[in-house]
Amino acid sequence: MVIRKYGRETLIKFYREMKRVREFEEKACELFAQGMIEYNIHTCIGQEATAVGGCQALEKNDLIICTHRGHGQCLAKGGDPGIMMAELFGRETGYCRGRGGSMHIASIDVGILGANGIVGAGIPIAVGSALATNILKTTEITLAFFGDGASNTGEFHEALNMASAWNLPVVFFCENNKYAVSVDIERVSKVKDIAERAKAYDIPGVVVDGCDVLAVYETTKKAVERAREGLGPTLIEAKTYRYHGHFEGEPQVYRTEEEMSEWKKRDAIERLYKEIIEAGFASAEELADIDKEVKEEMEEAALFAQDSPWPAEDEAMRNVYSNDNERSVAR
Amino acid sequence: MRQLNYSKAITEALREEMRRDEKMIIMGEDMGVMGSVFGLTIGFMKEFGAHRVIDTPISENGFTSVAIGAAMRGLRPVVEIMYVDFAMACYDAIANQAAKVSYMSGGTLSVPMVIRTPAGAGRRSAGQHSQSLEAIFTHIPGLKVVAASTPYDAKGLLKSAIRDNDPVVFIEHKSLYFYDAKCDVPEEEYLIELGKADIKRAGDDVTIIAWSQEVIHALEAAAQLAEEGISAEVIDIRSLVPLDFDTIRNSIIKTRRAVVVHEAVKRGGYGGEIAAQISDELFDYLDAPVKRVAGSNVVIPYSPALEDKIIPQTGNIVATVRELLHGGKNAVFTNAV
Repeated sequence: MVIRKYGRETLIKFYREMKRVREFEEKACELFAQGMIEYNIHTCIGQEATAVGGCQALEKNDLIICTHRGHGQCLAKGGDPGIMMAELFGRETGYCRGRGGSMHIASIDVGILGANGIVGAGIPIAVGSALATNILKTTEITLAFFGDGASNTGEFHEALNMASAWNLPVVFFCENNKYAVSVDIERVSKVKDIAERAKAYDIPGVVVDGCDVLAVYETTKKAVERAREGLGPTLIEAKTYRYHGHFEGEPQVYRTEEEMSEWKKRDAIERLYKEIIEAGFASAEELADIDKEVKEEMEEAALFAQDSPWPAEDEAMRNVYSNDNERSVAR
Repeated sequence: MRQLNYSKAITEALREEMRRDEKMIIMGEDMGVMGSVFGLTIGFMKEFGAHRVIDTPISENGFTSVAIGAAMRGLRPVVEIMYVDFAMACYDAIANQAAKVSYMSGGTLSVPMVIRTPAGAGRRSAGQHSQSLEAIFTHIPGLKVVAASTPYDAKGLLKSAIRDNDPVVFIEHKSLYFYDAKCDVPEEEYLIELGKADIKRAGDDVTIIAWSQEVIHALEAAAQLAEEGISAEVIDIRSLVPLDFDTIRNSIIKTRRAVVVHEAVKRGGYGGEIAAQISDELFDYLDAPVKRVAGSNVVIPYSPALEDKIIPQTGNIVATVRELLHGGKNAVFTNAV
């Protein structure tokens, strides 16, 4: 049994991290429904294993590029849920001081080199970060999260080509949740697995079960080690599924209840929960305690956001430019 | 003093900054082995290595984004987009990525990069290799936009742009690469601050505002007008964003008339923006409407017989100034204080 390879501590950590992602998202949905969050959010409920398995394979100083569906990725990389929630609320205490919002959390200290609202645009930026690692002769690797939709952009292909040609320390991590908003990947790509596209760039392409956090972790770990050894990029495709619409309230006319319930049977959190209990690593009570702690953590995050100040109105024109801002925005 | 032409001055700025700052890299199509299609980086790959002078694939959006990622990590990339027309193939990288990082990260990240890009007509290159697209960049908050007209300015401004912590679009007129006039360029280091206009010729009767190659035409026009007794002041704004309006204001208060000249298509051009700012702030000082001399609203034609007709020439500037001063068919003099 694969799970035996891991100690109790690691398994509990993976469980807790996935619960944190789900609980953050559930809380955000609730707050959005209450009108506390200004703009619609793209939640990753159902995709917890990709964010957590991917980020657990990274060191603290490694970097990620996130997607518009990036709350889980940020949280799993070490983002603070309160500061993240404050960003969703548009408050001064958010990671981007409320200037970016849900789709644009960035924090160099946490290793989040930004998230993108333009599908695919983050992939070559990650390649640039990897190029910097090589030129600066440092050790951090960069992991680019993106979705199946992004795999059909020019940026994806341009980025993979350059990273391959220049042998850069980058991991391309595709969360294939099957749908680009409403469009099934099978309707817009003849290639069965996105990972197959790695062949075009002579780099490894790996398909992994995105509902199995341990498999995601192991696959990513290999890719990260490979990159760190100077052996170049890997394309990982994790097959996963989002339980909510592209955004909250989106009608989801493109998929069936049957399909959704099939995927929910493979739920990554429930799966690890069962495995931990069956293997005797923890009791149901212990896991229930974790659930409770996580719930409280996210309640606190929401309260922090709610109690945080709005940006001052006279701050609106700041930071458009890093230097000589006042003159540069004046005319 | 030592003299250089426009392209040599740019080469010198790049080389000096590469030697000064190990974090600077140069990226773009044909920048390495070939030394760029216009020959501006010949010898660079040998001196600085292939890791700092990077030949990219023809992936404008991709490599511009790569430069953005590298800049966010503390490098100082200078990207060349071989023709500004090709910047339309990476407008997402420039407008949605580079320009937005500082603001959208709440000021926690920055993108210290320069996008050098040859622009302009006059070389019989037709509609996809000849445009002047500076206005498109000025419309995006977060970008700085520079367009030098002389070797001296090009060198000093480019060095400042490279040291600037924001994305700077640095527009170089291709015809100036081949313009045989040289000018004094000191061998000792100097910088020119972005956002400072330069009065290229002083005058009292009319202010001609221009940038890039049109400064050359404006100066020729001013010389011709002087023979007719008209004293024209020529302001080279040099930097479109930030814009030095103080120099423009002081000049117009003196001359009471303004003509804005640019090669780019008139409709939606940056001249309209300058004219609007003058009207907004200096209406009471004006003796005549602000006039624009600009490219025709057309695709740049290949044939020399056509190309020269749709790009502002010295004669167009002279004629417009004459109209302003002597009352031509389009001049209306109603705003006297």
